[in-house]
Amino acid sequence: MWKARPEDEKPMPLGSSMNSQTSAAPVAPVSAAKENPRPAPSYSERADVGHIGKSVVIRGELSGSEDLYLDGDIQGTIDLRDHKLVIGPNGKIKATVSARELVVHGKVEGNISGSERVELRKSCSVVGDINTQRIVIEDGAFFKGAIDIKENAPRKAIAASASAGSSATHSFASAGSSGSQSSFLEAK
Amino acid sequence: MGSPSDSFRRWFRGAGSSQSRSEEKNVSAPRTSRRSTALGDFMRGLKPQGEQKLHVLDLGPTSPNNIAFLTELGMRVYNEDVLRASQDASYRVAGKEGAEQFDESRFFADNLAYGSDHFDAVLFWDTLEYLPEPLVVPLVEKIQGMVKPHGTLLAFFHTKDAGPESSAYRYHIVQPDTIELEPKPGIRLQRVFQNRHIENLFKNFASRKFFLGRDNIREVILVR
Repeated sequence: MWKARPEDEKPMPLGSSMNSQTSAAPVAPVSAAKENPRPAPSYSERADVGHIGKSVVIRGELSGSEDLYLDGDIQGTIDLRDHKLVIGPNGKIKATVSARELVVHGKVEGNISGSERVELRKSCSVVGDINTQRIVIEDGAFFKGAIDIKENAPRKAIAASASAGSSATHSFASAGSSGSQSSFLEAK
Repeated sequence: MGSPSDSFRRWFRGAGSSQSRSEEKNVSAPRTSRRSTALGDFMRGLKPQGEQKLHVLDLGPTSPNNIAFLTELGMRVYNEDVLRASQDASYRVAGKEGAEQFDESRFFADNLAYGSDHFDAVLFWDTLEYLPEPLVVPLVEKIQGMVKPHGTLLAFFHTKDAGPESSAYRYHIVQPDTIELEPKPGIRLQRVFQNRHIENLFKNFASRKFFLGRDNIREVILVR
């Protein structure tokens, strides 16, 4: 077992340090605001993002011209053609969904069109066809359907950015012009 | 001839029961890399005809790797985890004499709803060994109808030495001839196919090509 050394038992005087070089510098008082800076608002809390909460039920057509965070129960169609749509973890969508950018944490049944990008997070379940330029799928996401990558876009990122363990995420786009990582077609 | 105890031990050879129980809660298990000659052969056979994208069906669990790999090659990828779907308890209904039956007609109404001659290739992986018995033959017949003439299937089978605890895997394509195997705990091997069984099961296919791996896995390429 470890034995406590005598110097460990002595209380260290305020402003002192184990390192004599740093102890010479005065310790600047740190305000509470600096210690606990207000965290940046999450996507769903931002003022410029519309928010549909988890208790909201909508049957019909949902369209808009602003970004939207959607955590409710929607059946019908969702059209945010030029904007970003985030489907929260409580979101239950039975709809055809169109958006510029789409991030899915919840459940979607229906075809998805993301003109720029679609992200399937690990908690999500998507049943339907996906049509997009770029797609990111987290390991653990459930997907049933077809994925069609549009080929008219220049390749933006072909990266298999594997983070540690189960949270490996893969981002890929259509085989197009040049890319940061050579495709398997080019390797041949 | 081995003793009964040897046979028993051999039957239960595989992932190891105690180990697999302890790992059941793991969401993602460590992956093992493996060369696959059959996958290399399968991939070489996937050549697009003109402007049309190839349609490839992956019957395994959703794999970001596979989707990335195949879409990179300009293919349209379909994903249907039939094994997961088959474990839905609602498909198990009481039969005439009270015995539990698998409602295969409803299963196929909910899953694999594609037209005939739709796919150029199908990745079966090891699905057939883990499916409920009533689904095996109908699934093969269904897939046969959905694959275009000269379309290919890739399937993996254990050799006869595999026991019921032999792990099912998620297969991730990392190179044209290399896959990563990720164990899927909690799924029991239902049956082991002999070569003769495989030939009978796929008897309506034009050709069957077997590859025997060093890890007691038979890889089979079937051409409709």
